[in-house]
Amino acid sequence: MSLDRAAVAKIAKLARLKMEPDRLEAMTSELNRILSFVEELQAVNTDNVAPMTSVQPMKLRQREDAVTDGGNPEAVLKNAPQRQGDFYTVPKVVE
Amino acid sequence: MAIDPGSLTIASALDGLAKKDFTSVELTQACIASMQAAKPLNAMITETPEKALEMAKAADARRAKGEAGLLDGIPLAIKDLFATKGVLTTAASHILDGFHPEYESTATANLWKAGAVMLGKLNLDEFAMGSSNETSYYGPVVNPWRAQDGTKLVPGGSSGGSAAAVAAGFALGATGTDTGGSIRQPASLCGITGIKPTYGRVSRWGIVAFASSLDQAGPMTRTVRDSALMLQAMAGFDPKDSTSVDRPVPDYTANLDGGVKGMRIGIPREYRMDGMDAEIVALWEQGKQWLKEAGAEIVDINLPHTHYALATYYIVAPAEASSNLARYDGVRYGLRVPGKDLIEMYENTRGAGFGREVQRRIMIGTYVLSAGYYDAYYTKAQKVRTLIKKDFEQAFQRVDAILTPTAPNAAFPLGMKHDDPVVMYLNDVFTVPTSLAGLPGMSVPAGLNSGGLPLGLQLIGRPFEEAQLLRVGRSLEQAANFTAKPTAWWRS
Repeated sequence: MSLDRAAVAKIAKLARLKMEPDRLEAMTSELNRILSFVEELQAVNTDNVAPMTSVQPMKLRQREDAVTDGGNPEAVLKNAPQRQGDFYTVPKVVE
Repeated sequence: MAIDPGSLTIASALDGLAKKDFTSVELTQACIASMQAAKPLNAMITETPEKALEMAKAADARRAKGEAGLLDGIPLAIKDLFATKGVLTTAASHILDGFHPEYESTATANLWKAGAVMLGKLNLDEFAMGSSNETSYYGPVVNPWRAQDGTKLVPGGSSGGSAAAVAAGFALGATGTDTGGSIRQPASLCGITGIKPTYGRVSRWGIVAFASSLDQAGPMTRTVRDSALMLQAMAGFDPKDSTSVDRPVPDYTANLDGGVKGMRIGIPREYRMDGMDAEIVALWEQGKQWLKEAGAEIVDINLPHTHYALATYYIVAPAEASSNLARYDGVRYGLRVPGKDLIEMYENTRGAGFGREVQRRIMIGTYVLSAGYYDAYYTKAQKVRTLIKKDFEQAFQRVDAILTPTAPNAAFPLGMKHDDPVVMYLNDVFTVPTSLAGLPGMSVPAGLNSGGLPLGLQLIGRPFEEAQLLRVGRSLEQAANFTAKPTAWWRS
């Protein structure tokens, strides 16, 4: 499988990465290089092999569904690039 | 007395502190002076000398009261992937500009609980993605070891700052993280020891996530004993990490000198690759001899899916990375680049905030997880990963540990492997299989090549048998007797 520029532009859109046209060009050839390298996996017989879900034989632990932390908006908002009161601010989403 | 931190180990410094040869404040001052003289290496992103001296003072007070912890008063440097409360934490990325966490990672909190002193935050590849420490937003780290003609070399990566700090002698130990070789490969290229523990042994909580099913933190030190001491403090169950394993941490130094008599050491045939560096083949051969002379039995083994490990890794790791890095959107912390609407702000922020290698991996990950390609790439890779793990399980029915080279080459010149991303990826060919199988792996410095550069050997162990792995590492260390140090050219 080989990607063209339009496909790479679409992936960049999905990944929310702004990419200038010259960068898009280079990215297309870099991605195709990597994809042709990983292509060799198709040669491995994986019939009746289960995909790995956990490298250790363990179940994820569960805990009681209870509030264990919170009530500290100053700590949460301390690194906010922009805030108003106890809220993060972002560009307007709905007109 | 004048202290040369480069001549100390964690163990010998603890001894010196216990005997009152020097105080932690004196030791820390010496480390700070060495650190500040090592700026040409660019190993640090943030230096915290005042915090270090404060912590050292507290350590001296504890020791005076007879309450010294396991690592009390020992100056360490922290890879800038660990969240440190109130101290800039960058992951060597532009996108985390100005991020001062309000919390401390469990692994570093454990080190401070044991009394260790923080010198500062170490440079690394951006988001730990790289094998040469050249993808950092803060510029590349330079290896303390230079080529004989003076050419500057990479320290390996992604824990390149960690390896350089320990090799240059200004930190007695450093934390590293390893996703596909990021502790072991730089340890090999800088002539130091590093261990990636079993997946689940050290908490990942508060460590900036790269590929969550692979990431493990571990120590990077001058000796195997120091790695054992540091791991002792870092390891342990943490309810805040859902994949942390709840089992007791054994005493890693108790039987460190127990030797390898009667142990079976496996040599995987598949690691003997076409066109391999003859000096690395010879060193591997020498390693076999050393362990044999120490009483181990050498056994040839097969790990049939080795060849497919790198391709598997370069699907699984970018897939997880693309998902983990979705959180960097300019809303809650770090860099924000304005846009006319929310989506454009995301795109502008991420386009400007992530470097080229990180963007490549986000793109690959996004692609292999996208509808229509998920099964062909991602599910396929996870199936091959199962086979790779099975290879090791079968091998460990016959052997106690596995010996391989750590990296396919010694340190290489800065800028040398930039044209083709896959050429850089090949650096991790011997370390990636261990990561995919979640096994503990360590690199021990074993010799110098004809160019005078260090080379390491890798030992791989059974899950949660770090104590035995360290014991084999100690045997190898004794036999190799690696005492070479780089000349301090960076001190002007």
